[in-house]
Amino acid sequence: MTAPTTQTMGGTGSSAVPSAGLAAHQVSLSFGRQSVLDRVDLHLAPGETVGLRGPSGSGKSTLARVLGLLHTPDAGHVTFDGRPVVGARHRLPAAIRTRVAILFQSPRAATDPRLSLADIVAEPLRATGTGKDEARAQAAELAELVGLTPDLLTRRPHAVSDGQLQRACLARALVHRPAYLLCDEATAMLDASTQAHLAGVITDYQRQHHAAVLLITHDPALMTRWATRVVDLPPPAGS
Amino acid sequence: MTTTVLSATTVTVDGPQHALLKVEGLSVRFRLGDATVHAVTDLHLTLHPGELLAVVGESGCGKSVLAHALLGLLPGNAVVTGRAHLRPPTGDPVDLVGCGERHLARAVRGRAVGLVPQSPATALTPVRTGRRLLEETLRAHGHTRRDAPVVADRIAADVGLDPNDLDRYPHELSGGMAQRLATALALAPDPPLLLADEPTTGLDRPLVDHTLDLLRRRCDGGAAVLLITHDLAAARRVADTVAVMYASRIVEHRPTAALFDAPAHPYTAGLLDALPDRAFRPVAGHPPMLTDLPAGCAFAPRCDRATDTCHTPPALGRDGAGRVACHHPTSTGARA
Repeated sequence: MTAPTTQTMGGTGSSAVPSAGLAAHQVSLSFGRQSVLDRVDLHLAPGETVGLRGPSGSGKSTLARVLGLLHTPDAGHVTFDGRPVVGARHRLPAAIRTRVAILFQSPRAATDPRLSLADIVAEPLRATGTGKDEARAQAAELAELVGLTPDLLTRRPHAVSDGQLQRACLARALVHRPAYLLCDEATAMLDASTQAHLAGVITDYQRQHHAAVLLITHDPALMTRWATRVVDLPPPAGS
Repeated sequence: MTTTVLSATTVTVDGPQHALLKVEGLSVRFRLGDATVHAVTDLHLTLHPGELLAVVGESGCGKSVLAHALLGLLPGNAVVTGRAHLRPPTGDPVDLVGCGERHLARAVRGRAVGLVPQSPATALTPVRTGRRLLEETLRAHGHTRRDAPVVADRIAADVGLDPNDLDRYPHELSGGMAQRLATALALAPDPPLLLADEPTTGLDRPLVDHTLDLLRRRCDGGAAVLLITHDLAAARRVADTVAVMYASRIVEHRPTAALFDAPAHPYTAGLLDALPDRAFRPVAGHPPMLTDLPAGCAFAPRCDRATDTCHTPPALGRDGAGRVACHHPTSTGARA
């Protein structure tokens, strides 16, 4: 594997709008008086794995949430295959919001403790109107891909380990066959073997579907191994 | 306090006498309806002052249960057998398994054995500021009203927390800051034994290194640390010896450099191969359910060296400078 190229993202300067891909253009976002993102550009082209690096508080997770269409930026915009995306979450048509999926760091915080793993995986399909049986069948197929046994699928989150629950979250993220997968420290709490397994599943998926991955990690070894290109977010303003 | 400083090169896993902690045949079972969870099985460990032992393994292998068993913090359906002799430099020796809740509460938790918890968000009292929590701890351990605030500032600075941030409530702290506050609370009474249960979860790399180095410095000052982690890089950075746990048992335990350079157990070798700076290849198959462990070696179903012999459980026997529980360990030629 070749060493990733590195680029540093400046706060200013914009580029031409590339057509295919998911991109943030001059995106700014504040929480109260705290500026988190300040005119940030990031382009994710189909098939590539972009590593996103930066100190704590530099806005990596926030940028992932903006690109994941969960937050509307205060200024700037997100484009999807060259077309600007207006709004976020359920204000967007399913045809767009299901193209991007996020895998979060903590699977416990990202799953409903009342649902079985099978229902957790099938939830995004049910939410877009797929029938119960059809959703279950597709979920089972994905569960196998990520290495969840049928026995595990009947359990609820409290009865499985973090590694097993994160496998379910990955299956859920892939259930709509997204073109973009955003991994926000998704393997930070997993052991080396589970991490390598999930990375393998994601890489295979990328190859098959020509999907792009945004990889946020603090682990330099993982970044070097996995990312084809690394982008540095500058530290937060005023620090 | 005795200050025997052992360097990583001289430590072997049995070492000299006068261990601070000697765990003998510790087993933990949880009763769940008809099933029994085998969380920790026949565990033997010795920890000396100045030693940092890392217990590594995948999630659900029983490593956190070990830490909680030593502090009597397991839920009511847990059955703990075996012994864990603690010989603090001051005070009487005590068996942590048999001494009872009253003694644990009065003389052990916090005082003789500190715990850096896995989840600071649930370990901190939400209605008190960091300063109140820290000063309360210090005053309970003999510091005066006048001297506690000064010591609190110093300890906060030690763990990398701005003393001004002590005046915030836990919900006003970031995950990393809360973890540092929880670490400060564990270090404040200066316990001779520290149990650190995944102390670096949720921290970014510089903070991970800072926290690990802090634990290392505690050891160099004469304390002993049991570091429980899934992060092999963390173990490699600071541990004197590393114990690998698989399906409730220690399967290999040896000095850190030897474990990383020449693992003997196929599971250890597989785990190391999964590292992104090595082969980045997962261990084939899945760990067994702790409610339904195979009769023989628990790793045999995933192991390419397994034979019929593996239907009988392997004992954790001496192997060079360490211990390994395997009928077919990889060549011992590299390990003297």
